[in-house]
Amino acid sequence: MSVLRPLDKLPSLNTATILLVGIEDALLQQLADSMLKEDCASELKVHLAKSLPLPSSVNRPRIDLIVFVINLHSKYSLQNTEESLRHVDASFFLGKVCFLATGAGRESHCSIHRHTVVKLAHTYQSPLLYCDLEVEAFRATMAQRLVRMLQVCAGHVPGVSALNLLSLLRSSEGPSLEDM
Amino acid sequence: MDETVAEFIKRTILKIPMNELITILKAWDFLSENQLQTINFRQRKESVVQHLVWLCEEKQASVNDAALLDIIYTQFHQHQKIWDVFQMSKEPGEDVDLFDMKQFKNSFKKILQRALKNVTVSFRETEENAVWIRIAWGTQYTKPNQYKPTYVVYYSQTPYAFTSSRLRRNAPLLGQIFESHNSTTPLQERNLGLDVNMDSRIIHENIVEKERVQQITQETFGDYPQPQLEFAQYKLETKFKSDLNGSILAEREEPLRCLIKFSSPHLLEALKSLAPAGIADAPLSPLLTCIPNKRMNYFKIRDK
Repeated sequence: MSVLRPLDKLPSLNTATILLVGIEDALLQQLADSMLKEDCASELKVHLAKSLPLPSSVNRPRIDLIVFVINLHSKYSLQNTEESLRHVDASFFLGKVCFLATGAGRESHCSIHRHTVVKLAHTYQSPLLYCDLEVEAFRATMAQRLVRMLQVCAGHVPGVSALNLLSLLRSSEGPSLEDM
Repeated sequence: MDETVAEFIKRTILKIPMNELITILKAWDFLSENQLQTINFRQRKESVVQHLVWLCEEKQASVNDAALLDIIYTQFHQHQKIWDVFQMSKEPGEDVDLFDMKQFKNSFKKILQRALKNVTVSFRETEENAVWIRIAWGTQYTKPNQYKPTYVVYYSQTPYAFTSSRLRRNAPLLGQIFESHNSTTPLQERNLGLDVNMDSRIIHENIVEKERVQQITQETFGDYPQPQLEFAQYKLETKFKSDLNGSILAEREEPLRCLIKFSSPHLLEALKSLAPAGIADAPLSPLLTCIPNKRMNYFKIRDK
């Protein structure tokens, strides 16, 4: 099956795997590098993909967190994300998916309205993070945050599950979409 | 100094706008700092020019010095000219020679002078491995006409050469010269953004696709640096096509007109990096990739 499922494989010992999905390979690579620089008790693995479905020929570990990177400058990026989302099983959206929007800093280059990604994240009940990945300092901070999220999603943080984290993040959001 | 040379220098300097004059004279490096300081550049242009010509006479400027000044002026105003592009193609099985600028210049000059008695050839190298060649043509009985020169800009690390005027009968001659010097550097390392990933904790899921894109990009654009191009313009005059029936635009008799202009400090390198960067699918539209092959960057697209 070409659909990604969160629990179809056994976890590897102390390993946490994140899948970054986005069209701009260079950005994903940089984010991956930043993440791997972080001190982390778990063994990290970063998978980079342009889109889903993933090629079936690769032998891969269980994926703990999927991050869809959307470049607000590119409608193609949004389109790619929307099409890839179809290949993710519904149970992934219980805290193991998040959206990362980049490029918001350069307003004049944005061809996707912020409201569009907010709505997308809301539809999939998943958190939306903003970060200009091209700026090293912001990227490093986001990498730290993602590593922490990944550890929670992989079950490496005692007492906190992915679903816990999701409800925590949701309650700290602003007014609901209907109020906008 | 020859009267014709003096006249040529005078006319060249007159062409230069006042705000560029000092920069160009400094680039020319024929008159010394001290000499330039003796000139009052705030006077009327004719007086400044007269003074400059007098200084050149004192220093006995030759036709070659004057030609060099002309090259520099043209380099500053290259966008005012229309350039033709020639691409040299390699025969299969030809060896790759290493390029020697000095040798190239010597043999270029020799070949031209042997073929046509009266010709002035001048060279000026620039940073991007390019050499500007200025050729003033004469005939067997007349001296070279300095006012209608041809410029050839040859990027030695690529198979491209740009020329500034229709060459007509002299084209095959120049073509021959380039044939004997056709060379490219040994295949450069592919650096289209495919960084070798040393960290084994990072896995590229779409490695097959990445390699396919690299392959296509390399086939389309080659390994060598692209010729420097700043604009491409597409004029569309086509009728509206749509799957929906009965839309107002589809019924329109007149074709729709649209102008698309791409501009960039280095357009072809930018196009080359689109697919590897993930911004566009490979292969790119043939309308974009045909620019180096067709040697044109202004297109008119009409319905057939």
